[in-house]
Amino acid sequence: MNYHWNWGIFGEQVKGGEETYLDWLATGLGWTLAVSLTAWLLALVIGIAVGALRTAPSRPIALIGSAWVELFRNIPLLVQMFLWFFVVPELLPQEWGLWVKQDMPAKEFVTAALCLGFFTSARVAEQVRAGIGSLPRGQRDAALALGLTLPQTYRHVILPQALRIVIPPLTSEFMNVFKNSSIAFAIGVMELTFQARQMQEDSEQGIETYLAVTLLYFICAFAANRGMAWIEARTRVPGLIARTS
Amino acid sequence: MIEIRDLSKAYGGTPVLKACSTTVAKGEVVVVCGPSGSGKSTLIKCVNGLEPFQHGSITVDGVSVGDPKTDLPRLRARVGMVFQHFELFPHMSVRKNLALAQIRVLGREADEADARGLRLLDRVGLVAHADKHPAQLSGGQQQRVAIARALAMDPVCMLFDEPTSALDPEMIGEVLDVMVELAREGMTMMVVTHEMGFARQVAHRVIFMDHGEIVEDAPAAQFFAAPASERAQGFLARILHH
Repeated sequence: MNYHWNWGIFGEQVKGGEETYLDWLATGLGWTLAVSLTAWLLALVIGIAVGALRTAPSRPIALIGSAWVELFRNIPLLVQMFLWFFVVPELLPQEWGLWVKQDMPAKEFVTAALCLGFFTSARVAEQVRAGIGSLPRGQRDAALALGLTLPQTYRHVILPQALRIVIPPLTSEFMNVFKNSSIAFAIGVMELTFQARQMQEDSEQGIETYLAVTLLYFICAFAANRGMAWIEARTRVPGLIARTS
Repeated sequence: MIEIRDLSKAYGGTPVLKACSTTVAKGEVVVVCGPSGSGKSTLIKCVNGLEPFQHGSITVDGVSVGDPKTDLPRLRARVGMVFQHFELFPHMSVRKNLALAQIRVLGREADEADARGLRLLDRVGLVAHADKHPAQLSGGQQQRVAIARALAMDPVCMLFDEPTSALDPEMIGEVLDVMVELAREGMTMMVVTHEMGFARQVAHRVIFMDHGEIVEDAPAAQFFAAPASERAQGFLARILHH
């Protein structure tokens, strides 16, 4: 192999610019974190709500929840990214569509965060539903029997238990959000993968570039994992869940 | 206090309750017994609207349970219920289990709810366990907490759905003691149970159910001395001879 290794490349200036390649990657990491964390927040809020709706006693309400999940679960993420970016603005009323295409601030970022957030919310919803389903039915009865309304029953009794149960699968989802955010480069978000491609072409040091980016993604996902483990430990119910660590 | 008239319920095409009628007067203790699958748990869960029913009516303290206009949460807040599997909320301390509905439903201040909870815990002999979580208590202790939780709402009557069926034998007594005391204080109680000792001791009336029907509804002494129906005779013979 005739590859010319150059680990010093990250400190060098980019061609025809003031900043270094490290600056590019730092910008990329920033956008990756911004897209991922925004999407995760969105996914948690919507996913918990939709997951709860799917277990509601009212059939029409449960169906709305199911429709949401099926819609976002059955289309590839990359296609969804393109749909939100190219198709949805055309379907909006003309004025709105024009605003989205021309004036919306950080258009690529907003689109990517929404898309990834909605996609992930469908997966979170499924896990939340499974968590609720694993609780004994008597818990709901007991809460209702005390006079709590159905929303209060979810808020104080069902969701606090269901969410504890689904922390491990949610951890995987949280890690997936960071990894899936790389698809945002396809609509021009200047996140890590986008910057990596740019750096590879500009510097012709593809191996160093992608090894660095790999490490950065790994750190993000690993941090997400440790963060969730910390939450899991903090919310552990005394006497109920065996200590695992 | 509780008036059940002509109550029928079916799951799909399968009838689970057939034209059941009975009343529980204020201060009365009524034991409901019968073989498993006879509909006794379903009957008691209809009383506070946890199970919907298709025909007939139930009124509790003058409020119709089946009426769509009835504010069910408000009615349920006045009807205490104790479940076979305790159903304490495992993610909350005992103290919080007792306070939750007092605060959220009755609108009591946190301090007031806590104080009321502790008084009731003291009454069931568990005040020392106030800061534990349910999973750290024995079954008997959990059920006593569950009774205290229901009492904290100042209910006008109490429903018990097989409160001792999930307990180890040595813990049944401690729960029954609390229930006997409650009965003696004049609480209106409807109790689904196989504990015939309890029924003999405090029940005013015994209802015997089989296949979704109320087969017998008699004063306790009469029920035990001379059950009228063959089915009740057979049932008593089976459960009392072991």
